[in-house]
Amino acid sequence: MAKEVLVFAEQRGGALKKVSFEMVSTGRKLADKVGGECAAVLVGDGVSGIAAELGKYGADKVYIVEDPKLKDYVPDLYAQAVAEVAKDAKIFIGGATAMGKDLFPRIAARLSTAMASDCVKLEAEGGNLVAFRPVFAGKAFVTIKISSSPQMATGRPKVFPADESAKAGAVEKVAITLDAPKAVLKELAQDTSGRLDLTEADIIVSGGRGMKGPENYNIIEELVDALGAAATVGASRAAVDAGWRPHSDQVGQTGKTVSPSLYIACGISGAIQHLAGMGSSKFIVAVNKDADAPIFARADYGIVDDLFKVVPEITKEVKKLLAE
Amino acid sequence: MNSAVILKQVPDTEALIKVKPDGTGIVKEGVKFVINPYDEFGVEEALKKKEAAGSGEVTIVSIGPDRSVESIRTALAMGADKGVLLKIGEDEYSDALATAKALAEELKGKDYKIIFCGKQAIDDDMAQIGPMVAELMGLPCVTVVTKVDVSGDKAVCSREIEGGKEIVEVALPAVISCQKGLNEPRYASLPGIMKAKKKPLDIKDTKLDAPKATIDKWENPPQRAAGRIIEGDDAAAKAAALVKALRQEAKVI
Ligand SMILES: Cc1cc2nc3c(=O)[nH]c(=O)nc-3n(C[C@H](O)[C@H](O)[C@H](O)COP(=O)(O)OP(=O)(O)OC[C@H]3O[C@@H](n4cnc5c(N)ncnc54)[C@H](O)[C@@H]3O)c2cc1C
Ligand SMILES: Nc1ncnc2c1ncn2[C@@H]1O[C@H](COP(=O)(O)O)[C@@H](O)[C@H]1O
Repeated sequence: MAKEVLVFAEQRGGALKKVSFEMVSTGRKLADKVGGECAAVLVGDGVSGIAAELGKYGADKVYIVEDPKLKDYVPDLYAQAVAEVAKDAKIFIGGATAMGKDLFPRIAARLSTAMASDCVKLEAEGGNLVAFRPVFAGKAFVTIKISSSPQMATGRPKVFPADESAKAGAVEKVAITLDAPKAVLKELAQDTSGRLDLTEADIIVSGGRGMKGPENYNIIEELVDALGAAATVGASRAAVDAGWRPHSDQVGQTGKTVSPSLYIACGISGAIQHLAGMGSSKFIVAVNKDADAPIFARADYGIVDDLFKVVPEITKEVKKLLAE
Repeated sequence: MNSAVILKQVPDTEALIKVKPDGTGIVKEGVKFVINPYDEFGVEEALKKKEAAGSGEVTIVSIGPDRSVESIRTALAMGADKGVLLKIGEDEYSDALATAKALAEELKGKDYKIIFCGKQAIDDDMAQIGPMVAELMGLPCVTVVTKVDVSGDKAVCSREIEGGKEIVEVALPAVISCQKGLNEPRYASLPGIMKAKKKPLDIKDTKLDAPKATIDKWENPPQRAAGRIIEGDDAAAKAAALVKALRQEAKVI
């Protein structure tokens, strides 16, 4: 059976990313529709042990490229290895993560094919991929079809469900003679905050100019702590530009696009550029003392009041609830 | 140090985007166009590197309709030395690969030590063209970069990843895609604007390859149902009602 649908399974530090399961599960559904096998490709060093997890989410087969040189993400080498496996696939998808966004366009160029980035829906029609994706940071959407092969797409993390569907997950090792890399990783620096990245968090509590200063973010931090490990802190550009929060915290058209299940905006007016980055959140809560703030037009729940009074109360209530 | 910046003109981030009723594109009337914000970081970084080296030229290359000339002129007014517009029709469309191919064709054979691009164009949000140009030219590429240190024929770049950063050493020439945080783009000064008028700007009629990725349909975003303001006597009562709603109705905590 040909590998009709191939999925890039991203790992870092020997652990599969959650988005890999989301994409394998999506690949499974596409393969069932198109007819044929759903395979995954896993690249790294000593990663065979984690291949079985991909079978659980619907991979019939897992192609593994292992080499000490592939331990960390080295763009050229990953592009070479993955392109080699992907070249005869019909549909090739992966997560729109830092790695996926960097890797997929390189592979598309190598294979002289086109791709759709950061999709929020991936379907099959008449044996072909149909990709649905936001443009203008969500101010509009387009449906894309690709006439070349493989038909490539990346899917936005946390949008596609990771449904289990046990399949063989048979392993096939692929031997590749790697080129000399043109860029080398010198250092991998982890943030020290210990918090999840915005794009990976299930709950985001963001503070804007209404926070009045960096020292006041402790009330946001306390709420995030109360909400648990799946929660993290975000910010508007006004807060980032004021130097209150790091750039990596910025949500919006020139920051990160996020789709958590809950987004709580505190002291954020709801400028069009901010809404663009968080508009696809499943539930939006706004706390703002100005009843006319545009954020309320987008919020599922709004509280019109002083955030300095409301946020600590929300924290108290969350603690009470979660202690039950 | 000679470098190039590939730059796209895009609708201002403030612009209200409306899809045409027939779903073939967006309404462009009344839309203000600007330099893609990420590409501005590219222009600034190219100028900084030139200033640090004490010599060299910064070339702006853009593919777009006639109006893109204004954005190239803005970059020239910031301090870039010359511009090239690969001119296409206002509604001419092709995909990232075809665009990257035309850019690579224009860029090749020149001695650019770094080709700067933006992390992504904020209209199509593809984040494809930089790495594609690099692949087509056989050059290395570092994406989503917030710091570039050049020494000799190497650059050490810092790039953002989830929850941290990667420090990457790359041999030059290379393509570098710029992320917010890299620098603060300068404004064009009045003398800069005057000088820009006399700087060379080459306009070449261009025909892009037919797209392999086609847009079937444009749509406005799905409407969100109207939300509800949580009432209560004081902050504590409102907070309690909110947390109850999040647990019982939304089921998100
Ligand atoms: C090219 C470009 C790109 C941009 N990209 C982004 C982006 O990616 N992300 C982004 O966020 N912005 C972006 N912006 C900026 C955007 O236009 C707004 O300026 C910004 O989002 C405003 O941030 P804010 O809501 O925190 O501040 P403001 O608009 O000043 O709003 C502060 C809010 O806090 C409320 N408030 C004040 N005190 C209290 C209190 N005690 N209790 C409750 N509420 C209070 C006020 O009522 C007000 O609504 C961009 C702008 C440009 C030009
Ligand atoms: N038409 C274009 N002309 C010149 N550069 C472009 C063009 N389109 C995209 N780019 C460059 O490629 C980057 C990424 O664009 P995109 O892949 O469209 O998101 C942009 O930030 C620009 O630097």
